Amino acid sequence: MMSTEVALAELRVSLHQVGPIPLAADFRCSPGELLALVGPSGSGKTTLLRAIAGLYRPAQGWVRCAGETWFDATAGICLTAQQRRIGFVFQDYALFPHLSALDNVMSAMGHVPRSERRSRAAGWLYRVRLQGLEGRYPAQLSGGQRQRVAVARALAREPRVLLLDEPFSAVDQVTRRRLQRELALLREEIDIPMLLVTHDLEEASALADRLCVLHGGRTLQSGPPESLFRQPASAEVARLLDKHNVFQGWKVMENGQARLAWGPYRFEVAQGLEDLDNGSEVHWYVPPSDVVLHRRGRPSKGERENPVTGQVCEMIVLGGMTLLTLAFTHTEDTLRFEIATHAARRNGLAQGVEASVSLLAQGIHLMPPRPAERYGSRDVQV
Amino acid sequence: MDWTALAVSLRLAVFTCLLLLPLGLWLGRALAVTRFRGRVLCEALVALPLVMPPTVLGFYLMLSFGADSPLGGLWQRLTGEGLNFTFSGILLASLVVNLPFAVQPIQRAFENVPAHLREAAWCSGLSPWQTLLRIELPLAWPGLVSAMALTFAHTLGEFGVILMVGGAIDGETRTLAISIYDRVQAFDESGASQMSAVLLLVSFVTIGVVYALARRNRGMSV
Repeated sequence: MMSTEVALAELRVSLHQVGPIPLAADFRCSPGELLALVGPSGSGKTTLLRAIAGLYRPAQGWVRCAGETWFDATAGICLTAQQRRIGFVFQDYALFPHLSALDNVMSAMGHVPRSERRSRAAGWLYRVRLQGLEGRYPAQLSGGQRQRVAVARALAREPRVLLLDEPFSAVDQVTRRRLQRELALLREEIDIPMLLVTHDLEEASALADRLCVLHGGRTLQSGPPESLFRQPASAEVARLLDKHNVFQGWKVMENGQARLAWGPYRFEVAQGLEDLDNGSEVHWYVPPSDVVLHRRGRPSKGERENPVTGQVCEMIVLGGMTLLTLAFTHTEDTLRFEIATHAARRNGLAQGVEASVSLLAQGIHLMPPRPAERYGSRDVQV
Repeated sequence: MDWTALAVSLRLAVFTCLLLLPLGLWLGRALAVTRFRGRVLCEALVALPLVMPPTVLGFYLMLSFGADSPLGGLWQRLTGEGLNFTFSGILLASLVVNLPFAVQPIQRAFENVPAHLREAAWCSGLSPWQTLLRIELPLAWPGLVSAMALTFAHTLGEFGVILMVGGAIDGETRTLAISIYDRVQAFDESGASQMSAVLLLVSFVTIGVVYALARRNRGMSV
């Protein structure tokens, strides 16, 4: 019963077009869930949000929310932005400059009886901690206060979906942290699907339940932040998620055992190799947390696990942690990992010094070619 | 002071403003907000009276107002009177001449209203009409007042086109500007100077209003 209710209230999106802005996006968002659309500039994030809001009409696809079809290109259905009932927080907030904070919020309350609008709008401003500033005009408010008015206005619409387009990009770092914390608290009370567009991965992974990685209007992969960061579906996703340790290898059989070949090295891999044909090429990724430095002069048992040796080509001390980059003779790709600064000192690490590390078999994540097919993005007709 | 000419000029200016306000609002907003084929051509046509010599524009209007022309003939059949040398004729000419003065300030004013404010209004549930009345017009009204002030002042001072189309019929088509010319021709400098002073004052006040509103508009920009 519950799952049916959730399915009814969820937002489901499938939008496709070749141009002028290419789109091949398929995703869903459950009530109460915050889905972050992440990707570089021009990846179609804002266009998707606008299409969901009814401000942009794509060539093909559909948008369904709360059991209603908002857009269906085949059936010729395209509800207006007014009919869709969405809460939209614009990148620069788009507050009406000639209206006070209270009037801005009241402007979104056409569905509320006229006599109740004022008190309910004041209630929304109270919820975003703006009591006492009801009569101020946008020009008299700080960036953070404007953002809160925009959120209050979006929620005052009592929307079926909340759309947030880079809502923290126009404020300073300190305000951003505070607003992010407030959004995290506010979302506990909101039981509708929420979409957050951002290019800030840190922000996305801190706030969102799931991330959806976009590139060129195409949804490449979606999932909880930890799973995406540890197991990107493709080298492209890994790069978009700012992951460095992506390499190319191939499968070999050695003494009857499947191994991942990388230059002269033959790695043991916990899972994924068995699905590949012998000799087939594969991208692989190892998270920095699964790269273990061999202690100088104190060999341990664990060093037998996928050892590699390289030369320290970059060493950046960031307070208590040191970021190390190893270069290898067989490839131009480099391996990056972090260790405690005191450990780096104790092991005599410095630029140009040779260092050995183990790549944990459990951490090696294989990314076979044409990953999009596995995630269905290219299966849909465009 | 030719009070009859002043009355004709004021009547012409008021009617021109009243008729151009809705037309300028519709056309100015359409040019500012919507993208359509032939938009540039439309903008060029609106601006044409600014650069055309008034006598040339007046000449073509006079030709098209003639009883033999489609427009003049149609008007004759509908009203029983011609367009040339009538108040209706100079009013129609005044509408054409003042089109850029009415449309361009309104177009600029609507262009200054950021598109995302319109979209925010729609997302807030406001209909396109409510968006126009409650969001766009309160932000664009200085442009509307500027347009009307410029149209009013320009109509009072218009000479060449009115003379070509309307001649100088007392109480019908002789406007203040034409009356000044007539007084100068008749060596009545005192009468000409009084009427010129009135037009100078109107022009000064108009420009003052336009500049004050332009400053206010910049202050409201978002």
